[in-house]
Amino acid sequence: MTTRYDSIVIGAGHNGLTCAAYLAKAGKKVLVLEANDRIGGMAITEQAADGVLIPTCAHLLYQLHPDVIRDLDLKVKMAASSLPTIALGSDGRHLKILGETVTALNGADLSAKDTENYVLVMRDLKKFARVLGALLGQKPPHLKNRDWEDTKTLLKLGLSIRMMGRKSMQEFLRIALLNIADQLEDHLENDLLMGVTAMEAVWGTHLAPRSPGSVLSLMYKLAGSLEGTQGGIGIPAGGIGKVSEALEQAATRAGATIRTNTPVKSMLVENDTVIGVELESGEKILAASVASSADPQRTFLSLLGAEHLDAGFTRRLGKIRNRGDAAKINLVLDGLPEFTGLSQQDLAAKLVIAPSIDYVEKAFNHAKYGEFSEHPALEVTLPTVVDQSSAGTGRHVLSIVAQYAPHQLKAGWSDEQRAALGEAVIRKLEGYAPNIRKQIISQQVLTPADLEQLFNVTGGHWHHLEIQVDQLLMMRPLHGTAQYETPVAGLYLCGAGAHPGGNVTGAPGMNAAKRILSRKG
Amino acid sequence: MSKSLSPKTPEILSARPRVNAGRKPTPFHARQVEKSETNDWTLWAGYSIPNSYTSVELEYFSIRNGATLYDISPMCKYRIKGPDAERFMNRFVPRDVRKIKPGRVAYAIWCNDDGHVLDDGTIFRFGPDDFRLCSQERQYAWLMDSALGFDVEILDETDDIAALQFQGPTTFAILEAMGLKGVETLKPFDLQHFSFAGTELMISRTGFTGDLGYELWIEPGKALELWDALMAAGADRTISPVGSLALDMTRIEAGFIQPAVDFLHAEHVVRHTRGRSPFELGLDWQVDFTKGHFTGRRALLKEKEANSSRYCFVGLEIEGNKPAHNALVYHKQKKEIGHITSAVWSPTMKNNLAMALLQRPFGVDITEDLWVEIYVDKELKWDRVMARAKIVDRPFFNPPRKRQTPPARF
Repeated sequence: MTTRYDSIVIGAGHNGLTCAAYLAKAGKKVLVLEANDRIGGMAITEQAADGVLIPTCAHLLYQLHPDVIRDLDLKVKMAASSLPTIALGSDGRHLKILGETVTALNGADLSAKDTENYVLVMRDLKKFARVLGALLGQKPPHLKNRDWEDTKTLLKLGLSIRMMGRKSMQEFLRIALLNIADQLEDHLENDLLMGVTAMEAVWGTHLAPRSPGSVLSLMYKLAGSLEGTQGGIGIPAGGIGKVSEALEQAATRAGATIRTNTPVKSMLVENDTVIGVELESGEKILAASVASSADPQRTFLSLLGAEHLDAGFTRRLGKIRNRGDAAKINLVLDGLPEFTGLSQQDLAAKLVIAPSIDYVEKAFNHAKYGEFSEHPALEVTLPTVVDQSSAGTGRHVLSIVAQYAPHQLKAGWSDEQRAALGEAVIRKLEGYAPNIRKQIISQQVLTPADLEQLFNVTGGHWHHLEIQVDQLLMMRPLHGTAQYETPVAGLYLCGAGAHPGGNVTGAPGMNAAKRILSRKG
Repeated sequence: MSKSLSPKTPEILSARPRVNAGRKPTPFHARQVEKSETNDWTLWAGYSIPNSYTSVELEYFSIRNGATLYDISPMCKYRIKGPDAERFMNRFVPRDVRKIKPGRVAYAIWCNDDGHVLDDGTIFRFGPDDFRLCSQERQYAWLMDSALGFDVEILDETDDIAALQFQGPTTFAILEAMGLKGVETLKPFDLQHFSFAGTELMISRTGFTGDLGYELWIEPGKALELWDALMAAGADRTISPVGSLALDMTRIEAGFIQPAVDFLHAEHVVRHTRGRSPFELGLDWQVDFTKGHFTGRRALLKEKEANSSRYCFVGLEIEGNKPAHNALVYHKQKKEIGHITSAVWSPTMKNNLAMALLQRPFGVDITEDLWVEIYVDKELKWDRVMARAKIVDRPFFNPPRKRQTPPARF
């Protein structure tokens, strides 16, 4: 117990690093502790044996918060920042979506009415999303016991809703808690278009298109922007891991120390205050504050310990919705894959297999009952096509999100189950790229249970916990710990479990750092 | 058409078991039925137990002058075992469980996150990692909720153990006469195991009467044998069973509070302001802020530091001899400042006793000129009496025989 830090940050994922960088920039002595042998958390790019780069978990960037980029002077070069989405249809007849523009490929069905209405639907959603967007970069306001900043945020929120005009405000309030299937079916007819749009709302969640709250989920996803494009989809040059590396550099530049391979065993508590951490190695490190980017259950139950918390609080903590449903499958191919009806140029896109709302609903049914779907919805990117710098020696990578595969499989996740999931995904791909199986050199199948193991995220959930109305804003992660504070003095939350939640945004880390700095005076 | 009036069936008049409406008999039920003359039963946690057997007054005097059996089998009993048992218990209750040694029993309350009392009961410590919690109300859900993050096993043993509260000055002599060697060494709040009828009989020197007495714990199959052995050994020492009504008189004399009477389970109340903190129930001594965290600690510390307790709980002596049941309490006969939660005319102390919840600062800073409004029924003519009340310490009744070890052979 020699060195004393101002702040210890647990976890060197993008949020932990962002938090550390902000704290260090403010002149604090900061130590980041990472259990894994590398920084980056779920936003990493790993090199396969033959040099090809694989985005192990996250593969797309939607909304790295502009304040984070500006304040930390991040230099993240994008290989692409407005990738189109291609909804794969049968017989090579696909729909290509860029922004609000839908085009039919190879004579796919698409009515003029749907093309028009899609623009209207998405413009509304984006307009409403911008209202939420204003909340991303600040602490979520308390309704009771609020301070001046909270009051200001609430006034601004109320005003921006009102400013949309009476009609829009009514529409916002009408659809905010609706399910996306209803909203789309009110305006569109095309199954493929509705399938892909509905799926956009539910990637990484335990929701299906007909689940209440899926409209909010989509608005939340559209709340930010990428290089000025609201709802932009991007891949950084060199892979998603470059974001983490840039944050690491920002933190180090500002003077923070980062230790990898350094798992924290527990928090040190004295007089009801967290005063540091004890490492698995037995080493004890003291700090005036500890910010945890680990998920809330891990932070409170494993690291802090239930004995420092009230039973009502831990009861609620035990019930938070944090079971992931998204598996990640990474395939290394011996060459460029051929998708029926797609040109090589078209492969620089987000390819989605979600042919209809019903298809997605049926896939979700399995997850509800503890099974993975034999006909999953897939989100496929080819980083080696989008980003030439990540290509190896003619090899290509298919990075695939497969939904739904529940964290808690009724049969239990085993090698056989994992292989069966991989097989279901490949079989599904074969429907659209018939020769794909022969091209596979190696495959990596990561179930939510694997993601939990690899990245120390309880439940293996992308967003640590569901981004739903009961786990949002001042209720995120749960009643009794909001605004990045916890019931125990000296302990803060700075991860995806805190407002505004998951995706690679840096926002929770930034907001938490600001909160910590304001509390220290 | 004339209705036929069926004659009252003999069953209704006889002291038959009132095991209906889902009520369960306790392991002592057969003997209770034999002894019941009043056929007056009450419900406790799903069980039928006697309110009285013969006459409440007689039963009351038996507790204070002889030896009495009161069936506490319905008492909710939870076993807490495992490597984290002590840590679990210490987080569960506001008092320091580490200070309770194996072989000892301790009174405890427990609170929710708001620092409002849920229930009270007794903690039996059998070993370093082995506890039993006894309470009047069901607590399994709260125990299980509290267990998240602890390596403990929690078992509901309520139906696995029959128990008698054996209270009164002659109880020690009777246990000794039964040949239970070593019972004389039991100090108040000690527990010990004895052999009885080929099984284990646990005896703790605990009770709810504020008198010399014990609680006897045995497997249900041996319950009647225990009852019979006690009755036989106590034949010369005025032994008798008693019901809840007589026990209630003695518990008020002893100054004990009772859940659902003097306070309500904070998670059961409909109006959230009805929860009461330990400081509002005169249980300050139960709260140990120095031992580390326990559920409700932060709320209670805040209450203590802000001095924001709303109520205080006091013992009262009231002039006259009319028990002040449910009465309102006034300052200077004018300002309403609280109400009586329990009241009794104490036949032993010849005093009118009560416990009351008062709105602070009354009872703390303002303790004089207190009045209780009692309604007295004089043959259906109701008189309103303003009786002067004086705050006094509890327990009201506190005889040396309660503590004396070894106890006297009355």
